[in-house]
Amino acid sequence: MSGATWGLVGAAFLASVVEFVEALTIVLAMGMTRGWRSTLAGVAAAVVALIGFTAVAGYALSSWLPESALQIVVGTLLLIFGLQWLRKAILRSSGLKSLHDEEEEYRAQTEAARQAGATGTRLDSFAFVVAFKGVFLEGVEVVFIVITFGLSADNMPAAVAGASIGGALVLIAGVALHRPLTTVPENTLKYGVGLLLASFGTFWAVEGLGVFMDDHESLEWPGSDLAIVALLVVWFVLSRVLVSVLPNLKRPAVDLQPQEESVR
Amino acid sequence: MIRFVKGFGQFWYDFVLGDDWKIAAAVVIALGVTLALLLSDALSTTAATVFGGAALVVAFVASMVIDVRRSS
Repeated sequence: MSGATWGLVGAAFLASVVEFVEALTIVLAMGMTRGWRSTLAGVAAAVVALIGFTAVAGYALSSWLPESALQIVVGTLLLIFGLQWLRKAILRSSGLKSLHDEEEEYRAQTEAARQAGATGTRLDSFAFVVAFKGVFLEGVEVVFIVITFGLSADNMPAAVAGASIGGALVLIAGVALHRPLTTVPENTLKYGVGLLLASFGTFWAVEGLGVFMDDHESLEWPGSDLAIVALLVVWFVLSRVLVSVLPNLKRPAVDLQPQEESVR
Repeated sequence: MIRFVKGFGQFWYDFVLGDDWKIAAAVVIALGVTLALLLSDALSTTAATVFGGAALVVAFVASMVIDVRRSS
């Protein structure tokens, strides 16, 4: 297996681990507090919906759309996901946002589950819907990531394998531990995967603008695929600059105490 | 039925726009400006790729600065 294929497998693996850890936290919170029957029914329904979505989206993307249209649709979505992750990573690294904590997320989910009350039916609709939404939402992101990485490296099986191994490992760890995977360095993983998604997304979305030209051919970056490496460097350097600069842009909090007292 | 449509719309809103709509807006604006320059022949296709990448970087920085300034 070549270095590029290992890189592809690694990128799909890391992205999949991050997404599945988030889905697992939601599923565990529902299962522990509302019962496993309805929660697992929600998970099963989400898996079926995901398979259907992947089949339809995959067929539509590969059969109906020219390559440049595929690039602009998937590239733009990937770019938005990647930059959202990068935004959070930058805010967390610069201390402007607290670190994502699966333990905290688990507590919030279980509290919401307890407050939701009993549904009085055989199927607990709250657990079903929350588990379904969590697994489907994170799963669709994995599907888009796999499609992009697989198509851009022209090796879909490797991308699917990387994502599947990531998902299986998270599932096994979740079943074995029966608690959220707090030891997974999720913030660091999200930062790395955010950089990859932003770089691939930029490359694809801009190439895909060619769909609006007369010949519908993709635009060509200078240096071809090497431009992805250059974009990765640009996004990384930019993120480090923002980590150091953004805290200085935050306005100091205004102390309203004396004013409030004078009003009273 | 209305609940289903609302839930469906909310799902895709959460999925595409996420926590910060400004990121999606930044991406659309940067790509839109690049496309406008490309279609008006102000840029060659190769120059448009470099301009598009730079526009995305600038738009992302702008959205981050607005985000931090507003939250303070």
